[in-house]
Parts: sequence; C-alpha cells; structure tokens
Amino acid sequence: MIHIDPWEKTWVYIVGLLIVVMLGSILYTAFANSIHPPSNVETIDSASLHLSKEFAEDNLGVKTRADGSVTVTMVAARYGFYPQRIEVPANTPIRFRIASLDVVHGLHIPETNLATMVIPGFVSEVNTTIPKPGEYPLFCNEYCGLGHHYMWSRVTVTPDTTTN
Amino acid sequence: MNNNAKPVGLALTHMWVAFAVFLLAAVLGFYQVLERAELIPALTWDEGYYLSVTAHGVIMAFVFTTFFIVGFGYYTAATSLERSLWNPPLAWAGFWTMMLGVLLAVYALFTGQATVLYTFYPPMTAHWTFYVGAALLVVGSIAWIVIMIVMTWQWKKDNPGQPVPLPMFGTTTNAILWLWTLIGVAVEVVFQLIPLSLGWVDTVDVGLARTLFAWTLHPIVYFWLIPAYLALYMFVPKAAGGRLFSDEMARVAFIMLLIFGLPIGFHHLYMDPFQAAGWKLLHGFGTFMVAIPTLITGFTVIASLELAARLRGGKGLFGWLKALPWNNSMVLAAVLALLLLTAGGFGGMINASYAMNAMVHNTAWVPGHFHLIFGGTTVIMYFAIAYYLWPSLTGKTLYSERMARTQLWLWFIGILVLTLPWHALGLMGQPRRIASIPYDTPLVQAWDPYEYGMVLGGVIMTIAAALFVWNLFMTHRRGAAAGHREVEYAQPVHPVLKLPGPLNGFALWNWILAVYMIVDFGAPLLQFFFIETFDATSWGW
Ligand code: HEM
Ligand SMILES: [Cu+2]
Ligand SMILES: [Cu+2]
Repeated sequence: MIHIDPWEKTWVYIVGLLIVVMLGSILYTAFANSIHPPSNVETIDSASLHLSKEFAEDNLGVKTRADGSVTVTMVAARYGFYPQRIEVPANTPIRFRIASLDVVHGLHIPETNLATMVIPGFVSEVNTTIPKPGEYPLFCNEYCGLGHHYMWSRVTVTPDTTTN
Repeated sequence: MNNNAKPVGLALTHMWVAFAVFLLAAVLGFYQVLERAELIPALTWDEGYYLSVTAHGVIMAFVFTTFFIVGFGYYTAATSLERSLWNPPLAWAGFWTMMLGVLLAVYALFTGQATVLYTFYPPMTAHWTFYVGAALLVVGSIAWIVIMIVMTWQWKKDNPGQPVPLPMFGTTTNAILWLWTLIGVAVEVVFQLIPLSLGWVDTVDVGLARTLFAWTLHPIVYFWLIPAYLALYMFVPKAAGGRLFSDEMARVAFIMLLIFGLPIGFHHLYMDPFQAAGWKLLHGFGTFMVAIPTLITGFTVIASLELAARLRGGKGLFGWLKALPWNNSMVLAAVLALLLLTAGGFGGMINASYAMNAMVHNTAWVPGHFHLIFGGTTVIMYFAIAYYLWPSLTGKTLYSERMARTQLWLWFIGILVLTLPWHALGLMGQPRRIASIPYDTPLVQAWDPYEYGMVLGGVIMTIAAALFVWNLFMTHRRGAAAGHREVEYAQPVHPVLKLPGPLNGFALWNWILAVYMIVDFGAPLLQFFFIETFDATSWGW
C-alpha cells in the first residue's frame, strides 16, 4: 500500500505506547481515586436565587454535617463571592456549592484543585479536601466585567482538630 | 508558471491586511503587559485594559490568522496545482465581505461597545455590530473554502488517478476542517447572540452557547496551525537542501488532524458544571489522540532536516545539526518552531489532563501556554512563509536576510521571556484576564518579579514584530528586482505515483467525521432542549 520507513514505524509504535500510558494514568486517577471535574448538571434560576432555599442570603456560608464533613454554600455576583470570608478545616471533605447571580464567573483557590466555572442557570459543585492549613485567596478567574480583578474572597484553612 | 496567472494581487492584499493588523495588535499586547505590571501608576486603567485585550485577542486570533491563511491558500493552490485560480471575483467578494466584517467589529470595539473579550461569553452582551462583524468575517472566508474545494476537485477530474500535490492536499484539508469548525460558533452567533444583542429575545441559554462555542474553540487552533505544518513539510526540506522524508505520512498527519482535532472541544469545558463527567472523559481521550499527528510531523520534519544535513556532509548522532544552513530563514524558523512546539506541547498535555486541568484552568498558565504555541510555533512559521514568498509575490529580493534572521531569533527569545514567567504566575494561582493586581494577600507578593520579566519579553517581541513588517515593507517598496519568482516545493524521498483513495480525497473522512461529531456532540447539545434550563438575561460589563 503506502511506503512507511521502518524507523518511522517504530516511532509510531512508541507514540502509541506513550498515549496508552497517559490515558491509562488518567483513567486510573479518575476511577481508582475518583477524581472528576465538577460535572453535576444541576439547573437553577439565577434570576431568583434569593427565593431559592439553598442560596438565600441567610443560608450562605459553612455548615458542618453530622459526619464531620463540611458544606460551603456561596453566591458569585459582580464583584464578589459571598460570604467574603470563610473558614474551613484542613484534611476534611469539603463540598462546595455555588451559583451565579449574573454573568459567568470562575472560582479557584490557588495551590488546590478547588476550581469550577460558575455559570448562570446552573449550580456548580466541587468535592475536595485541602491538606495544608493557611490563609488562601479565592479568586474569580473568568472575565466578568470591568471589576473582574477585584472579585475575590478570603479562605482560612484551620488545622484539623478531629483527627491525629 | 506564468506570473500573470498567479493570484499575486489577492495574496498580497490579504497578507498586507494580516500583517498590518498584526503590528497594531502587537503594540496593544505590549501596552497590556506594561499596564498589568503596575510599573507606571498613571497607566492603570481598567476599562482600557479590557478593551485592549479584547481588540488584541480578536485581531490576533481571528483577523490576522484568517486573512493570512486565506491569502496563503490562494497562492498555494495556484502554484502547487500550476493552474490559475478558479473564480477570482468570488475570492474578491470574500475579501470585501471579510473587510466589512472587520470594520463593523472594529467600530464596536473601539467605541467601547464590545468589551467582551475574544471569547464573548454570554450573557455579557456586546453591540450587534460586533457579532454581525464576526459573522461576516466567517462568511467571507467561506468563499475561500469553496474555491479550495472546487480547485482540488477540478484538478482531480483532469488528472484521474494521480495524487493531489501535497501542498494542495494539506490546504484542502484545512479548508474542510474550517468548514466543520465554524458550524458551532456560527450557530451560536446567528441563533443566540445576534437576536439577543438586537433585543429580539431577552434571554440566552448559556450552557448551550458555551457548548456550541467549545465545538469551534479547539479545531480552530488547527486551522491556524496547519499552514505552519504545511511550511514545515513543503518548504523546509527544500530550503535545507534535501527532500521530504515521507509524503504519505504527511497526508496521514493531515487526515488525523482533521478527524481527531474536531470532536474534542469539551476539554475547554472540563470545569463547566453543565456537561456530565463521561462526556468530558470521552473528549479528553480524543484530545490525547491528536498528539499523534503532531508527533508524526515532528519526526518527519526532523528526519528531513537530518537527511539534508547529511547530504551537505553532516556527521555524527547530533553533529549533523551543524551542517544545516542556519543562515536560511526558513530552516532557522523551523528549528525554533519545533523547540517552541516541544515546550508548548508539554504544557498542552497538562491542560488536557482530565483531573490536572483544575490546577491551571483559567490561570495565567493558559495565556502563557497559547502565546508559546500560537504566538510562538505558529506565528514564527507565518514569518518564515512571508519571508520566503515575498520575493515571489513582489518580484523583489528580500530587503535584508540578516534582519530576517535577527528578527526570528528576537521573536523566539521574546516568546520565552514572556511565556516562562507567565506559566509560573499561573502555577502560583494568578487568574488570567486581570487588569491589575489589587489582592492584598501574602501569596500575591511573589508575583512582581515575574510581571517584570513579562514586560521585558513584551518589549523584545514588539521590536521583532516591527522589524518583520519593516522588512516586508521595504522589500515591496525598494527591493532590487528578483530574478527568480517560482515557488519551489520539496520533493519526497520516495515519489508517490499512486495513492489509496482515502489518502487522496475526503469523502470517506467526512462521513467518519459526521458520525464522530454526532456521537460526541449530539446528546450534550440536545440535553438543553430536554432538561428544564433557565436562561440568563443579558448584561453589560
Ligand atoms: C508583542 C507580543 C505580545 C504580547 C506582549 C502579548 C501580550 C498579551 C497579554 C498581556 C494578554 C492579556 C492576557 C490576560 O489578560 O490574561 C494577551 C492576550 C491575548 N493574546 Fe497576546 N501578546 C502578544 C502577541 C500575541 C500573538 C502573536 C498572538 C497570537 C497570534 C496573541 C494572542 C492573544 C490572544 C488570543 C489573547 C486573548 C486572551 C484572552 O482573552 O484571555 N498574542 N496577550
Ligand atoms: Cu467574576
Ligand atoms: Cu482546545
């Protein structure tokens, strides 16, 4: 059929192997460690967040559940994340739930994998743990208007007292 | 080929528009790095920054590229098939449609009515002229798609059973890829954003819009990259004094870019909540497949360079590198482009990783990455193509070969100085698209030196951009007459006399692609019509 140089054929096999190894490691982390990006496909009416029970103003913030894990409920709106200051324990499962009141925002706590887009019409949910105690910023990382770079909150991660 | 039969005017007009707006956008880029670094407090201006980033992004990603690719495509078609361009009036109609689109968008941009960035994510809504302008730019480029497809088809009819010359095969692959690519954003703009901006509808389904945009957002980068690969395959081996290592593998690589490059846009939606994890994983798999044609290209091009160097007396495992004609701007650009591609490809693997993406998504790492691979690899090959074609197009010898080499080195160094700190800032968590750094938190104090590094990179690149345009301008105005105006394409080591049908045409691949696109996008798009979604109202900025 077509002419392929033996060296090039060898190279194609090496490339194939490389791809298999990389895909294998992705599959492994996805299923053995259950690491998935935020993908909960859950809708909400962003125009009436205040009427929803979950995202009403006095329901926002950090709540500890019976099993010691933590749920954080937040609203993103130009130009802030509300509440503006939260405190969560280190090494504890955290469930972040957040909705946008207006345009598209993004949320990221540097040095962690706590990240998601916040899309009007949808609830974003991220499940993670933060291993290292300290003061962290929580940035908006999607352009949301002329004040985009003023949009951030402070997160204090306190040393975990329940284990050890 | 007779010079009068070549579409010289079309090619030059398209390319001059491309390079003029490129220089303007480079200056805007320089303003941006400077403004962000907060070195000169008087420069701090939020509104100006975001307006500038919108203009810079739109020009670099959409205007500069499209005009360059279209002009280059016309010239490649005529010179590689050795026949005159089919339907020049259609090509000119395409050009003026594109120009009208650009003027409309520029009006919206510079009057501050479209500060929505080059991704224009709804529900932020710009003035309607911005979207209509974008649509006209795309519509105009369809004239080019049609002309490329018709010319290949006519050539095949006149030369039954013969392989389509590789330069035209690659160009037609790109035309077909662009046709598939533009569908997503075209549907979004025509059915969602134009009606919204004109007030015909009050709300927009943001999940649907973002999914449609993701359809386009990945393959468009191959639309930009394929001309660079084409130059690596069809000009570089000849410029190095040798032959193309494998014509067949080049075709295989182009076909793979078409098939694997299209159905993988969800790697831009990894962090979006409205698509389920399984779809993201599927697109993530496809994303890794598209590394294959790039790795094949790397092999073929390096093997061609090595062959050429050994023909010139090069010896040793790596010693042959010394025998390459380093004073040839095409060869120099190819080596620099491959180095940048290696670095950029490495970063790309990280972005593409289903789980690791969360650490870098929308941080400064991302613009660092695409300036490296797009501003670096792709644009450096555009420079080399222009240096190579200018004598053929204008009939004048290049004003200064030396300036061309200096310019390529400067661009290469500038890109590294700009993008290495940019990547580092991303790993330290700096968000992308920020006009200044007002965060008062300890983590942020470490950012300053990297910002200054970026300013230096920006200075070097802006100088290089100006040298490039200056050299072309002086060639056109003053250059001495060139004796030689033929475009010379590399011959393969093993000439191809006959090819299996699928490596000489696109029908089979279009069918495969249709199925693959339906599988990858069908349900994720349709879900918005089956689940109860809540539209968003439109917002300013
Ligand atoms: C003089 C050289 C250049 C400099 C100094 C420069 C600098 C910048 C800066 C500072 C940004 C803003 C990024 C942000 O706020 O996150 C930006 C955005 C952008 N640049 Fe460049 N750039 C240059 C050349 C290029 C080239 C050659 C291309 C591609 C051909 C390019 C494509 C883009 C795009 C598409 C964006 C928009 C990104 C976004 O909206 O997030 N740039 N550039
Ligand atoms: Cu925001
Ligand atoms: Cu992509």
